[in-house]
Amino acid sequence: MIAGISIYEIFTLTSILFFIGIYGFITRKNLISILISIELILNASAVNFVAINKYLYPNTLQGVFFSIFIIAVAAAETALAVAIIINLYRQISSVEVKDTEIMKY
Amino acid sequence: MIIAAIAAVTSRKMLRSVIYLLFVLIGVAGVYFLIDYNFLAAIQLTVYAGGIIVLVIFSVLLVHHIEMELEMAKLSQKIIAAVVCLIGLGIFLTTIYSNDFKVVENHKTTSVSDIGMGLLSYDAGGFILPFEVISILLLASMVGAIIIGKGDKLTKNDETL
Repeated sequence: MIAGISIYEIFTLTSILFFIGIYGFITRKNLISILISIELILNASAVNFVAINKYLYPNTLQGVFFSIFIIAVAAAETALAVAIIINLYRQISSVEVKDTEIMKY
Repeated sequence: MIIAAIAAVTSRKMLRSVIYLLFVLIGVAGVYFLIDYNFLAAIQLTVYAGGIIVLVIFSVLLVHHIEMELEMAKLSQKIIAAVVCLIGLGIFLTTIYSNDFKVVENHKTTSVSDIGMGLLSYDAGGFILPFEVISILLLASMVGAIIIGKGDKLTKNDETL
């Protein structure tokens, strides 16, 4: 645990990060920006897993494993999403959400 | 860190918002260092700051002109989204602060070998099966990314064969 920092402060930080991610997810109109917001949300949840593991159950390591899995899934998801975005840009020359009408070509 | 996060979702220049996201990710790695999980912080720095940010910057540069300004949502829409997020944040914080957590005092440092033993053990509580599943998932997503990225050319070749 961190000396002088309570678990409440870490939870406050991650909640704020999570809702900033959701705000960006709602207001942005661009596929890459939505990807960035998703990264923020995933990071907030990973920090929560680690903080709960360290503060409440220090003798186990489950939270660390879940964070590792979250990071791996986020990496896979980003690679796929970037491939899809570039392919989409080749087809319709735009990455705005409102121009994306076809899912199949 | 929070200022960088807010800037990441409100900046109008694409590349700048990616760089703000980089600062947020480095801050999260700092939190991991403070909680004494050094291995996790190293993973965070290499995978996120090294890999994902570079991928996103590549896609931004391929897709956009750098100076292009983003189209933003309407003001009313923004205000509604902000109000919804603040209500949700309030609910979260009241729930967190009304709960009494039983914090265990400890100063243990986890070594990398502990994490490795936990990930690869067959015993109850071992994580060998999810580990295998995540490796297959990574392989499948890499193959899928290559096929989607090549797209047109690959399918045309298939037709001629």
